[in-house]
Amino acid sequence: MIRARGLEKRYGRRRVLVGTDLTVPAGGFAVVTGPNGSGKTTLLRLFAGLAAPTRGVLEVNADRAQLGYLAHEPLVYRELTALENLDLFGRLYRVPERRERVGMLLGRFGLWDVRSERVSTYSRGMTQRLALCRTLLHDPQLILLDEPYSALDEEGAGLLDREFEALAGSRTLVVATHDPHRLDRLTTTRIALA
Amino acid sequence: MTYLADVAALTHKDLRIELRARDTLPAMLLFVLSTLVVFHFALPEGTGDAAAYGLLWVAIVFTALLGLSRAWVPEQEHGVLDGLVLAPSDRSAIWLGKTLATLAFLVASQVIALPAFVLFFAPLDLVALAGVLLADIGICAVGSLMAAMAAASRSREVLLPLLVLPLTIPLMVGGVGAAISPEGERYLLLLALYDGVFSVLSWASFEYVVTE
Repeated sequence: MIRARGLEKRYGRRRVLVGTDLTVPAGGFAVVTGPNGSGKTTLLRLFAGLAAPTRGVLEVNADRAQLGYLAHEPLVYRELTALENLDLFGRLYRVPERRERVGMLLGRFGLWDVRSERVSTYSRGMTQRLALCRTLLHDPQLILLDEPYSALDEEGAGLLDREFEALAGSRTLVVATHDPHRLDRLTTTRIALA
Repeated sequence: MTYLADVAALTHKDLRIELRARDTLPAMLLFVLSTLVVFHFALPEGTGDAAAYGLLWVAIVFTALLGLSRAWVPEQEHGVLDGLVLAPSDRSAIWLGKTLATLAFLVASQVIALPAFVLFFAPLDLVALAGVLLADIGICAVGSLMAAMAAASRSREVLLPLLVLPLTIPLMVGGVGAAISPEGERYLLLLALYDGVFSVLSWASFEYVVTE
């Protein structure tokens, strides 16, 4: 569960998320919307523990091992292959049966055939698929996704839709997106930032 | 054991990236060799060995700086440092992995540079070599932490030398002392003490450098 009261983050003189109150229940599917610069990415970074609020109280009931975070950037090494990236993160996250899990995710996201190629040779959409694999690798309980449909083609977006349907209810998801209608059916909480 | 496994995985990753990209080690090798060649012609004839040992340390420190300036580049691309910081492993393992990888590059560059120094300038005895190795450890331990701090800044190229160079002065004193002093072993103790203290400080403070 996530609970925030009077949240605020400052970047120099600029203030975002001023006085934000929100609750995302365990197993909830929250969609974060708002114009550019409204603080969607900041909110997810606060939830992930990558940034600290300037004001307010934030409770996130998940430790790092239970948290999956998809950022704007893919958080994978360009000079490593998809297999090497996921193997490294699988080791750091102590993923049981790591090789099987990595193979299953690469297959599910359509990257199995390019698993041994360097990420620097991937298109933006393929890199985003790999970033999704990395996010879900350790089967996290709390999943934070910043513009997950970004750069995905129709097939990739369809894969992600099916992934959301499988995860909804059993995991807590927070998705920042400019296309909230795509997730209308699954959404339980809406967070609209001004 | 899991801590050491994490460190091994992170170090191995850096070595693998360098083997593929060849961004750091060739640059370090070229730099240290060309610096020694320049010093060879710049140093007036008849200058004692002591001056040459001093120049060796200038070359070593600036070669290390070159390596350190590249150390966190793979993590800056695609924002990977956030991914590492979020992993449930001890965050100091990230620093230790980076320190060991940077140390490997520095030692590899010296495998070429030290024979070149002996060829151009003066002999190096075992105490002097031990001094080089101990100073390498200190430079990489402190430098990896400072490079992580500098990497978060827009003016990282300027910031890194400003942060690292003052901290390497005791290492240069110890390294030169080990090479030229009749009591060189005492300088090795100084270097070992520096390594111990600054490694522990860097290890303990890394988490605060990479988190807000």
